[in-house]
Amino acid sequence: MRHLISPLDFSVEELDKLLDLANDIENNPDKYADACKRKKLATCFYEPSTRTRLSFEAAMLNLGGSVLGFAGADSSSAAKGESVSDTIRVISSYADICAIRHPKEGAALVAASKSDIPVINAGDGGHQHPTQTLTDLLTIRSLKGRLDNLTIGLCGDLKFGRTVHSLIHALARYENVKFILISPEELRVPEYIREDVLKANDIEFQEVERLEDAIGELDALYMTRVQRERFFNEEDYIRLKDFYVLNKEKLSQAKEDMLVLHPLPRVNEIAVEVDDDPRAVYFKQAQYGVYVRMALILTLLGIEV
Amino acid sequence: MLNISGIHEGFVLDHIQAGMSFQIYHDLQLDKLDCTVAIIKNAKSNKMGKKDIIKVECPLEALDLEILGFIDHNITVNVVKGDRIVEKKALTLPLEVKNVIKCKNPRCITSIEQELDQVFLLTDPTKEVYRCKYCEEKYINPARRAK
Repeated sequence: MRHLISPLDFSVEELDKLLDLANDIENNPDKYADACKRKKLATCFYEPSTRTRLSFEAAMLNLGGSVLGFAGADSSSAAKGESVSDTIRVISSYADICAIRHPKEGAALVAASKSDIPVINAGDGGHQHPTQTLTDLLTIRSLKGRLDNLTIGLCGDLKFGRTVHSLIHALARYENVKFILISPEELRVPEYIREDVLKANDIEFQEVERLEDAIGELDALYMTRVQRERFFNEEDYIRLKDFYVLNKEKLSQAKEDMLVLHPLPRVNEIAVEVDDDPRAVYFKQAQYGVYVRMALILTLLGIEV
Repeated sequence: MLNISGIHEGFVLDHIQAGMSFQIYHDLQLDKLDCTVAIIKNAKSNKMGKKDIIKVECPLEALDLEILGFIDHNITVNVVKGDRIVEKKALTLPLEVKNVIKCKNPRCITSIEQELDQVFLLTDPTKEVYRCKYCEEKYINPARRAK
């Protein structure tokens, strides 16, 4: 039985197949409308999430299946002290597949080890969020036509942003991908990403402080939020915060076909004026999140249409 | 000079970093073995200045020494049988270490899911880096000596 716990659980070939399936779903939604008839997805969300949970539920409903679950630890047996291991054993007898989000890192791996049904990690604390990575890959591949030969800019909080780490890991497996890492000194990518992923695999990368210095070279720009509380002092925050806000003026220096991605929620790091630019694909990215989760559910359930 | 007699069958763990013998006693669960154990602390050593030694009189199959490779693979393991050293075991880093160290990451699932084994996996043999199986928190053995 397959689970999805880490973004690297699928090989490049398996990933290609999954993304192909997601594109087929996008183009022929009716073909898949009853693919999961009488199948049930359990969404076990121990912490609040809007888009991830709804995206999973939308994915299963689009496939003709049904959903059950809980949307917070307070409304689950965790409030009574039940362990993840026990909960998943019970859920295994209620549903055919489970998506789990938990504030503790490694919770989805524990669930998978005790489960009789496929488990999808829908986020385990600050650790992994593999379906976001699949969403990002599908968005880039669908709109650029490839995942190799790209210059990818990652901008903002590169230290704590798990989506950024996972995306670097995943894209590092493709040929001739170059990264430009745009962040303040305090929020640079962790040392293990720089050493164990980028340098160890001979991947070309640059670290810069200002978005303007890099934006012209990029094929895709992945924006993340820079949070005030991440800074050691207020002075640095005030000095740097505007460097990491994408507005029309900065976007005017970008290539005509550059993509702007964002895992959402966006706060103020992308000015609303950018939304209408054809390069802004973050809302389309959310739509791709549903297609890729549909493809994932079908793949893990072993359903072929 | 303190003299401790030789053993007939068992192990002599030599070149233990001074001060580490009690941890090894604990990690090898020697307290649970019904056999003679001698711990020698701060013995003189040409190579190390000071060292600890542990002698264990026990059947050879009674002890699983794999964990020693994790604690310090510079320890010399002498296997004694019939009053003679019959083998000097080379220690290697174990691929997995179970219930020896605890994950210190407060965000790790092991901090709340009590019955879970504490499992660390060897992820970088060159730098001797272990990571928690669940949250991937890095662990570098503080007892690791510069080679």
